[in-house]
Amino acid sequence: MTALLEVQNLTVAYGAIEAVRDVSFTVDEGQIVSLIGSNGAGKTTTLRTISGLLRPKSGKILFAGESIDSLEAHVILQRGIAHCPEGRRLFGRMTVEENLQLGAYVRRDTGVEADMNRVYELFPVLGERRHNKAGLFSGGEQQMLAIGRAMMSRPRLLMLDEPSMGLSPIMTQRIFDTIRELQSQGTTILLVEQNALAALALSDHGYVIDLGRTSLDGPGHELLADERVRAAYLGEN
Amino acid sequence: MATLLQQLASGLVLGALIALIALGYTMVYGIIQLINFAHGEVFMVSIFAAAATYKWFIPESWENTWQIALPCMLVGAVLVAVVLAVLMERFAYRPLRNAPRLAPLITALGVSQMLKEIVRLNYPDAKSAINVPRAFIDEPIIITVPGGTVVLQATSVLLIAVSIVGAVILQLYVSRSRMGRAMRATAQDPDTAKLMGVNPNRTIVFTFALGGLLAAVAGVLYGIHLNTVDTEVGFLYGIFAFTAAVLGGVGSIKGAVIGGFIIGVVKTLGGQLLPGGTGYDVVWVFILLILVLVFRPQGLFGEPERVRA
Ligand SMILES: Nc1ncnc2c1ncn2[C@@H]1O[C@H](COP(=O)(O)OP(=O)(O)OP(=O)(O)O)[C@@H](O)[C@H]1O
Ligand SMILES: [Mg+2]
Repeated sequence: MTALLEVQNLTVAYGAIEAVRDVSFTVDEGQIVSLIGSNGAGKTTTLRTISGLLRPKSGKILFAGESIDSLEAHVILQRGIAHCPEGRRLFGRMTVEENLQLGAYVRRDTGVEADMNRVYELFPVLGERRHNKAGLFSGGEQQMLAIGRAMMSRPRLLMLDEPSMGLSPIMTQRIFDTIRELQSQGTTILLVEQNALAALALSDHGYVIDLGRTSLDGPGHELLADERVRAAYLGEN
Repeated sequence: MATLLQQLASGLVLGALIALIALGYTMVYGIIQLINFAHGEVFMVSIFAAAATYKWFIPESWENTWQIALPCMLVGAVLVAVVLAVLMERFAYRPLRNAPRLAPLITALGVSQMLKEIVRLNYPDAKSAINVPRAFIDEPIIITVPGGTVVLQATSVLLIAVSIVGAVILQLYVSRSRMGRAMRATAQDPDTAKLMGVNPNRTIVFTFALGGLLAAVAGVLYGIHLNTVDTEVGFLYGIFAFTAAVLGGVGSIKGAVIGGFIIGVVKTLGGQLLPGGTGYDVVWVFILLILVLVFRPQGLFGEPERVRA
């Protein structure tokens, strides 16, 4: 397998504070890889740096073999990385449909309409209320829209920052099923999750980030069995 | 009755002008939260550009055919205004995009002064008012109403029509087109707009250009309507247009237009009907502004708060 995304010795700082220190990981084409770690570990910062919203202090980010760490965010999306940000960040004053259209902003092909219908099939509530303002939806419904919107650019790599946040167990299951389906259709996924159990069960590979560093990594099922992971993130002693 | 209607008409003409300029303020504010005080100067420069086009760039044989002269003036004014607005964004405001709010605001005031002085010192005879040709239908429209007649200049009708039609087209463009969506997305949440692949610089520069275009349309219409211009007009109309944008709810297209018309009418009728005469007309405008802001700080059509869902 070839590496689609390679993060090498990434360090990111907010002013004097280094939020991410020397983090390295690899996402192979076609895989689901998850980053887990406690609050403030630096997961969101890592994703925001990959998508170009933040600049690394040092280290390298390679996508499909090319360095992307000095590109602007809108160019990185065009290269094929979509980022569904933490906290959804929908355009609340725009309709569901407009949010999805913005997800497909860079596409000029004729498949946009069909993809939009696919999102509506996946999440019927969005289809029924496609002309309503996104800001009026419930947290869970907004999360569906955020994921749908990120899918609309047909990315090679989809990065999801806590997609299960605020969702009921049933909805979480639905989202995770969707992630697996996207993978089976050829999308590579980089997943950040608080819900470590569900995330690791789904993942081909997982990385544990602790205080800004990668402290552990391994195939999802191995990490799930690891005592240190169970103690720290799954609440077991 | 006839007098009142006559005054209402001049109020609407003033309002139409203010509305066209206010659109530029409100769009730029909406997208980068900058009050571009130099926007009034773009309007002023465009009037000079229209006069210059007529005087130096069109052959004499066209000068008396307004059907040719007017479009030529429009092209000249729009070109100059759009280039000016784009340069302003690129060299004065973009370098300060991440600076504290006060820095671009002060810069805007500086750019405003600079443009005024450049025109005053370099345009021939611009130290006092210069003439702008009529370049439109000469005959006024006379309407008979109970108790007399109302006389409308053809340019008055043109101004009101263009302002309303222009605002409707703009509103449709911003709400329906791909670029309009990019503008609204950047205004609501710039980072997330980038994650959608929206190029922020292109979107912002486009917004400035659009504002410049509308200011130039206002400028040409001002020129052919009043037939004279001096370098102070940018400041004067800039203040009214800025006030209109705030009154209507800064960031809102509908608000800028309605705010513009309200100010035009209140200033004109207030100066005629309320105590104090025209000497106090501006006072009524600002009393109204203060009242609106006390009860609706976000303006008539403004969003109460930036919703970031
Ligand atoms: N804009 C910012 N300015 C300064 N410090 C920040 C900023 N954003 C995050 N940090 C700090 O960087 C560190 C990493 O934050 P980050 O949001 O990446 O963590 P996270 O792993 O995503 O946490 P969570 O699971 O709670 O979302 C934290 O200590 C946080 O306080
Ligand atoms: Mg986070």
